[in-house]
Amino acid sequence: MSELRIEHVDFSFGELQVLKDVSFSVAAGEFVCLLGPSGSGKSTLFSIIGGILKPDRGAIWLNGENITGKTGYISYTPQTPSLMPWRTILDNVLLGQEIHGVRDEEVALSLIERAGLKGFENRYPHELSGGMNQRASFIRSLLSPQTMILLDEPFSALDEFTRLDMQKWLLTIWSRYRKSILFVTHNIDEAIFLSDRILVLSAKPATVKAEFAVPFARPRQEEILLSTSFLDFKREILQALRSDSI
Amino acid sequence: MRMFIKNFWKQVLFFAVFFTFWEGSVRFFRIPDWLLPGPIQIFREGITSFSVYSSHIIPTVSLALFGLLIGSLCGAITAIVLHLVPALKDMFYPLIIMSQNIPIIVLAPLLVIWFGFGMLPKVIVITLVCYFPVTISLLSGFSQADRELKHYMLMAGASKKQIFWKLEWPGALPALFSGLKIAATYSVMGAVIAEWLGAKKGIGVFMTLSSSAFRTDRVFIAIFIIVIFSFLLFLLIQFLEKLAIRWRPTGEGNNHE
Repeated sequence: MSELRIEHVDFSFGELQVLKDVSFSVAAGEFVCLLGPSGSGKSTLFSIIGGILKPDRGAIWLNGENITGKTGYISYTPQTPSLMPWRTILDNVLLGQEIHGVRDEEVALSLIERAGLKGFENRYPHELSGGMNQRASFIRSLLSPQTMILLDEPFSALDEFTRLDMQKWLLTIWSRYRKSILFVTHNIDEAIFLSDRILVLSAKPATVKAEFAVPFARPRQEEILLSTSFLDFKREILQALRSDSI
Repeated sequence: MRMFIKNFWKQVLFFAVFFTFWEGSVRFFRIPDWLLPGPIQIFREGITSFSVYSSHIIPTVSLALFGLLIGSLCGAITAIVLHLVPALKDMFYPLIIMSQNIPIIVLAPLLVIWFGFGMLPKVIVITLVCYFPVTISLLSGFSQADRELKHYMLMAGASKKQIFWKLEWPGALPALFSGLKIAATYSVMGAVIAEWLGAKKGIGVFMTLSSSAFRTDRVFIAIFIIVIFSFLLFLLIQFLEKLAIRWRPTGEGNNHE
């Protein structure tokens, strides 16, 4: 299992400072949401954690190993499903393993079945709906050898109904496999419903402005979305988000 | 393709009307044969003089195919090298674009001076005309690789080689095939023009001989053979495309220009 630590990361594109002294950690098997306004540098932060960009200052640690600027330690699920149109669903979900020279079709097929995609394993992505493709994209990350998964607003392109189904599905899968997840979103409800902890980012330059431990027990039912305690908690987070516009 | 079949009768109808009109005008205005023969006469000549032109077909076909093969191979290799070595791409890509403005055909007489009347100068001409469309469409195909997928693969620790073979190459195939289709048409044109400049056998030779003898009907036969061959070559590439690309490229159709 893995523990991710981000220590004092600064990053600028030329004159424009995008990240300022960003520090946080994700414990092994923890589900953490990064919540922030659009364009607050969340994707840049992911590129840094994934090792594609080098921070100007600071370091990324995974299980006590310094992985700053190193790739291959993190499994990333992009905003759009990003499946290869020329690969079948089965070949697509195995891509992460293939990069590391393994291919376990049996496990892949069982995960595909659990994701409700049985019978689609030999279909191409264009034959499936957006939600199905997004599930396949997530299975690809689960099958990858990495234990740390980054999800970049994976449900933002889906309609409200599909999104709620996907969120519930993600929680069931996650509770079974217990990989560490860092989930970026700008949807407060989604953040509260899914995560153990919520980190609120400020607008540019982004920094971790507030941190909330989500007080709701698991497994979570969708009823909590309408409870008063949920709304109170949401108000608290909203205030933290708003405070920097002053 | 289904639309094509569904509307096929409309195209047949067009040709039927077109040929009838042609034949009718030739008869009505009593146009002399050396100026414009009617389609019926061309067809009759096509059957009776088969033995005259049949020996000219194979040299042109093999010349065009050989040139297309070499030109496309060189083009594909160039595109791959330029793509993998960005420094070379920065240096040569603008030059390649500029050199596209040179009508390669004008180089043909020069090539004849240097290499004589054999196979070599002709193959060089065809190679040159097939080279650019393949290089340029393949390069644009590589640059269209999905950025998010590339990010995903990089973060997952994929090597440059894996990114190329798993992401960029398959993604560029539709673009490669649209380049090949253009190259195929060019190769037939290149072969015929190369033969005009001097050859012993070939449709180009048959064409120049017929036109200098005012055998206009035979010139038309040559034109029809060229059209049919070009079309068959196009179909062949489309068939190979169907074999290579079983998935549907994003954005319907194969228009990756």
